[in-house]
Amino acid sequence: MKKRSLAVIGTLLIMVAIMAFSLDTSKTIAPLVVVKKDSLASVTAFKQVYTVLMSARCMNCHPSGDVPLQGDDSHLHTMFPKRGVEGKGLYAMKCSNCHQPTNVAGLNKPPGNPNWHLPPANMKMVFQGRTSNQLAKQLVNPKTNGHKTLQQLIEHADDGLVKAGWNPGEGRTLPPMSHAAFKKAWITWIKNGAYAPESK
Amino acid sequence: MITLNINKKTYKVDANPDTPLLWVLRDIIGLVGTKYGCGVAQCGACVVHLNGEAVRSCVTKVSRAEGKKVVTIEGLSATNAHPLQKAWLELDVSQCGYCQAGQIMSAAVLLKENKKPTDQDIDNAMAGNICRCGTYLRIREAIHLASELQGKETSGK
Repeated sequence: MKKRSLAVIGTLLIMVAIMAFSLDTSKTIAPLVVVKKDSLASVTAFKQVYTVLMSARCMNCHPSGDVPLQGDDSHLHTMFPKRGVEGKGLYAMKCSNCHQPTNVAGLNKPPGNPNWHLPPANMKMVFQGRTSNQLAKQLVNPKTNGHKTLQQLIEHADDGLVKAGWNPGEGRTLPPMSHAAFKKAWITWIKNGAYAPESK
Repeated sequence: MITLNINKKTYKVDANPDTPLLWVLRDIIGLVGTKYGCGVAQCGACVVHLNGEAVRSCVTKVSRAEGKKVVTIEGLSATNAHPLQKAWLELDVSQCGYCQAGQIMSAAVLLKENKKPTDQDIDNAMAGNICRCGTYLRIREAIHLASELQGKETSGK
């Protein structure tokens, strides 16, 4: 009788263990990015990517200091709002106090997005002043790119705030190519090895 | 109809959801303490609190305020006894006064989040509130005084 009880308990434990594994959806394996090592294709694509990332619509929120940039000439944001710990501003000067969930109609009115922010203080992800060599290396390094894997980098091309660059509100110049062309170049750069152009 | 909670009272207003909150406050409800300055979120005269944040009501659509708590300068204190209001009177901060409601509402968020702000903290918080009379130094002094008053009130409780 005792042996039979132990066998039943053992069977139940094994079933629970199997169920625990089969129900654990939090540990799904991230899809692997198939990388083909083609430095020429990769670097050629990154040259296009770089023109977009260094355009005002992208660079203005990746400043070298703690004040965002503003306008097509990337001047310091008027009123000098500061980054803050989370990149969302400080006190009465938080980004979303002026930047609404959507663009405000009219010239010189604040562009909007529900997630308007700068990179956080502990990982500033600076674009301003970076050479293409420096920026490419920074973008693929999880210690400097917001802890992103290659797959997450690819997905980041469709991030809502990234795409807001192509919907900047009235009177603001668009990035130098369409979002579709940018995304194609971005993925081409990554899938061919995410090579950094030579430093000059 | 849009239902709004302003200064702890409920209002039902007949307004287009895209109407700026400032228009609703001033023209429909009649709370005219909040001022219109630039209309493009550049000057800070129209600052009110939306769920405790110092939003600029000239560019905030009234639909954003639905289901949230709005506090205007009229609702900062029922008896005008907020430490900032006391400090403002004590130091006679206002000159023409037009920007002061916005200044006080911005400063209130600062003091809520930072009980003992430094000059730099005050500059960081208040740089978006413009005063054409140039009362900036008195504003800074009054915020320091309000911080002290707030500290005494808290320790006295």
